[in-house]
Amino acid sequence: MKRYGKVTALAGVDLVVPQGTVLSLLGPNGAGKTTTVRILTTLLEPDEGSATVAGVDVLREPRQVRRRIGLSGQYAAVDEHLTGFENLDMVGRLYHLGRRRSRERARELLELFRLTEAGDRPAKTYSGGMRRRLDLAGALVAEPPVLFLDEPTTGLDPRSRMDMWDLLSQMVRGGTTLLLTTQYLEEAERLADDIAVIDHGRVIARGTADQLKDQVGGERIEVVVTEDAGVEAARAALQAIAVGEVVVERHSRRLVAPVSGGAACLVEALRRLDSAGVGILDAGLRRPTMDDVFLSLTGRPAEEDVEGGQGSPGAVPGGPPAQRRIDLDQDASTGMRR
Amino acid sequence: MNAVLGALADGSVVAKRNLIHIKRVPDLLIGTLISPIMFILLFAYVFGSAIPAPDGVNYREWLVPGIFAQTVIFGGTITGMGLATDMQKGIIDRFRSLPMAQPAVLIGRTSSDVVTNILTIAIMAATGLAVGWRIRTSIPEAVLGFALLLLFAYAVSWAMAYIGLLVRTPEAFQSLTFLTVFPVTFIANTFVPIDNFPTVLKVVADWNPVSSLVLATRELFGNVGPAGLVRAPEAWSLQHPVAYTLIWVALILLVFVPVASRQYKRATSR
Ligand SMILES: Nc1ncnc2c1ncn2[C@@H]1O[C@H](COP(=O)(O)OP(=O)(O)O)[C@@H](O)[C@H]1O
Ligand SMILES: [Mg+2]
Repeated sequence: MKRYGKVTALAGVDLVVPQGTVLSLLGPNGAGKTTTVRILTTLLEPDEGSATVAGVDVLREPRQVRRRIGLSGQYAAVDEHLTGFENLDMVGRLYHLGRRRSRERARELLELFRLTEAGDRPAKTYSGGMRRRLDLAGALVAEPPVLFLDEPTTGLDPRSRMDMWDLLSQMVRGGTTLLLTTQYLEEAERLADDIAVIDHGRVIARGTADQLKDQVGGERIEVVVTEDAGVEAARAALQAIAVGEVVVERHSRRLVAPVSGGAACLVEALRRLDSAGVGILDAGLRRPTMDDVFLSLTGRPAEEDVEGGQGSPGAVPGGPPAQRRIDLDQDASTGMRR
Repeated sequence: MNAVLGALADGSVVAKRNLIHIKRVPDLLIGTLISPIMFILLFAYVFGSAIPAPDGVNYREWLVPGIFAQTVIFGGTITGMGLATDMQKGIIDRFRSLPMAQPAVLIGRTSSDVVTNILTIAIMAATGLAVGWRIRTSIPEAVLGFALLLLFAYAVSWAMAYIGLLVRTPEAFQSLTFLTVFPVTFIANTFVPIDNFPTVLKVVADWNPVSSLVLATRELFGNVGPAGLVRAPEAWSLQHPVAYTLIWVALILLVFVPVASRQYKRATSR
């Protein structure tokens, strides 16, 4: 539990991440993701509760924890005046890798993150995506067994985001234990084994992406037809490929069909609607977003929450006593305590 | 002992980073250099023509140690500025997540200020020599004079480190130091003799460590008049300027090394 004055930033976060797996902390702005990451990376002391990372107690042996982790914070912590190489070399020296190894490692990482060419330019000449990659490289310098990435793709353009996802999935295959925070369900789904949905400082749901989506209702096709007369025909056409009941909103001539199978379903649906002679105004495949997850979990949209949400349904005051534990463990034999 | 060596090694990595900054962004250093050169020239020729030779010394010669002091004190603010910037950019978070010695960032910062200050003093000394300032004592005394300036500035660096970590943004830091450091360096014997200050201001100036620092360096460089001509100061602080300055250095370090280190441990950006 962590309070800032009257604001309770964290109220109940109880997590165990087995070695070599990826947990994604999914939540809107102000949910408490960064606070959680800061506590686990020894930057912040919780007011109550405990946490272990790689078997080491965060409060009792912070320095031992720091040896075992890599952190890439929410805002790229890159020194703009140093070159990419100098940034990584400095981090290596501060991890005590030694002069030679630090240099070697810096070059390796620049290569891995496709920054070799820019490596000897000051980082202030880098694009947002390049800075992010450099920051991430900084987290990997000491090849730490446990890695924390706080919103690694927020603020990136779609192309850089895809790039980053590719890089991250490569890394994850290497067997690193990773805690990743994000505001995007899609990102959590792509990268994580497990997702914890966090809201108002509390974990409100936990499961795989599929489990969460099932809870929300999975993906669906939405169609708006041009004439009232087409609605019935469209309903029949969609029902044939839907995995559940097709919902019809008559006044707006809108139909929503739950499906599973992605874009192929949409193609099939359009083909069927076309051969049924239904005029279509709009059609699309809708995947559940974090908004949908929130709507279904909390009954309200995931709004940005500056004041810590006094008064809203998920607000904290009067919540259960928070004696919470977080275990982030790379060593499964000592780590899995439940 | 090992911990101390580790802190120094990590500190030198951080100091190296700051020195690269100075090389890449010379604006900051040029700023700290140009203004004292300008001050020397302006005061020497504008005020110098109106101010009678204090204590029987040529004003320009008398002035230069005052400007040395003011400049190294401002040099000590670079630490605070840098830390406030690092706070704002989240770089402190990165440092704090590394297994480095905790005080290394502060050690590195404050010691790179010393390097910048040595550079600044060298350039100011050259400017001083050009306008007629001379060292009229022995080499050991002159070395002591420079050492005292650097030591005082080093203590100021630690105080500024604390303030920089506290305010978290370079803008806030800049206005705060402007509002404090400027008056403190002016209400002293830096630019004009304090004998004619109004009573309250004179008391402040008498006991202002900047006055004792300036007087100490003037004496150590021999930029004071012959014994008969100099009016003996009434305040103990100015009768024993070296001792009084050293007491302040010790006090500032004793207070601000621990509080700055504690603030660093708790510092989180935003
Ligand atoms: N330094 C701070 N001072 C005061 N309140 C804070 C501070 N940091 C975070 N908070 C508050 O704590 C809550 C959780 O914030 P945070 O962990 O940053 O959320 P997220 O990373 O999920 O966006 C928010 O209500 C935020 O306003
Ligand atoms: Mg955040």
